[in-house]
Amino acid sequence: MVQQLGYLKETPSQTAGPYVHIGLTPNFCGIGGVYETDLGARMVNEQTLGERITITGRVIDGAGTPLKDALVEIWQADAVGLYNSPTELRGSADPNFTGWGRCPTAADDGVFTFETVKPGRVPFKDGRPMAPHITFWIVARGINVGLHTRMYFPEEAEANAADPLLARIEHRHRVATLVATGAAPNYVFDIHLQGEKETVFLDI
Amino acid sequence: MPDRTNRKPETGAFFPRDRQWHAPALTPGYKTSVLRSPQKALLSLDGTISEITGPVFGHSVIGELDNDLIHNFARPGESAIGERIIVHGRVLDERGCAVPGALLEFWQANAGGRYRHKKESYLAPLDPNFGGCGRTITDDEGFYSFRTIKPGPYPWPNGVNDWRPAHIHFSVFGHGFAQRLITQMYFEGDPMIWKCPIVNTIPDRQAIEQLIAPLDWANTIPFDARAYKFDIVLRGRRSTLFENRLEGN
Ligand SMILES: [Fe+2]
Repeated sequence: MVQQLGYLKETPSQTAGPYVHIGLTPNFCGIGGVYETDLGARMVNEQTLGERITITGRVIDGAGTPLKDALVEIWQADAVGLYNSPTELRGSADPNFTGWGRCPTAADDGVFTFETVKPGRVPFKDGRPMAPHITFWIVARGINVGLHTRMYFPEEAEANAADPLLARIEHRHRVATLVATGAAPNYVFDIHLQGEKETVFLDI
Repeated sequence: MPDRTNRKPETGAFFPRDRQWHAPALTPGYKTSVLRSPQKALLSLDGTISEITGPVFGHSVIGELDNDLIHNFARPGESAIGERIIVHGRVLDERGCAVPGALLEFWQANAGGRYRHKKESYLAPLDPNFGGCGRTITDDEGFYSFRTIKPGPYPWPNGVNDWRPAHIHFSVFGHGFAQRLITQMYFEGDPMIWKCPIVNTIPDRQAIEQLIAPLDWANTIPFDARAYKFDIVLRGRRSTLFENRLEGN
């Protein structure tokens, strides 16, 4: 016999289901008076530093229909490339920017919207700068384990070409699934769950 | 916990997710997954600073009744109908380390199995004193608790006669965005657990059992509420002591 490692197993994920909004954005779904505001509804205030941008998009299923019951969260660095997190040891992020947002897809057209700032560059493990990007996390009815992906910026062609994560994508035409369309300050980032345009999702 | 506050925050990458332990994306028994499951392989990558970091939520976001679903939507002096329970436990990581400061958000149907949602059409009635959402933050040792009523089972459109066992939905933030997790808690002894197509998306019986909260008789409060204990395990992280220190780090 050898010693036991004694590690625990991660709690298995389960779908967020059709009523995820009751728990995560109750004001959005008409349950007022419990929380003052829905967490993550507002990412910037008047003092937040950086270039204001708007990201809109949809989460589209294998039949081409946008999901109207999904919930999207984003996580990003501030305008100079610092995360507002205790794990960020390179400096102090903008105190007027949490870097985290949460938005349900709309009940009518399935569009999500984030008003935020363009993130600065952050380093890869080996110190190389990654291209500016925003982490996305998608949950919904029918999604058993939340999906991680990233949005990159279309005007950053040079930085994107040198990005260590994008470089790992074997089928080069799929890189485009992680790059927003539109132009500053209005970007569009559609997420395709299946099909020819299936977004590159990350096991990260 | 002076020891913990004096310690430098951990910055190691998270253990890879065991994808055999979790449900696969495509689970035809749960029909909605068919058109919503990615079909291509995930791009697997060691976590970067973008996933190792994550938002933190101060105790200031939590209101006094946020962890009391019996009262947080009820009219003054009234309370939600149903079996009064306390759900409590600990948030740990795969190394067994406590995860302090974890935001937990939970939501559930009322005692009759009805959700307060405009898309919900089950004929069971709404309870005017029950909203169905709550939240709390784990303490320095990773403990949490909240009060609620035991949710009822409910039918849902999938197979002709599919019912969800009684369950509470949980959303969890750990210390890194890579730990982000949504799951569901079930109740010990419920025979409907093993009939549920959503439960059965998880291939491993032991993994399913990790979602079933035992009745905690020791913590049951006489003449008030029974207790159920539900521990949650998030991804562990590597020690930074093992990492090569590279320039620019
Ligand atoms: Fe449910």
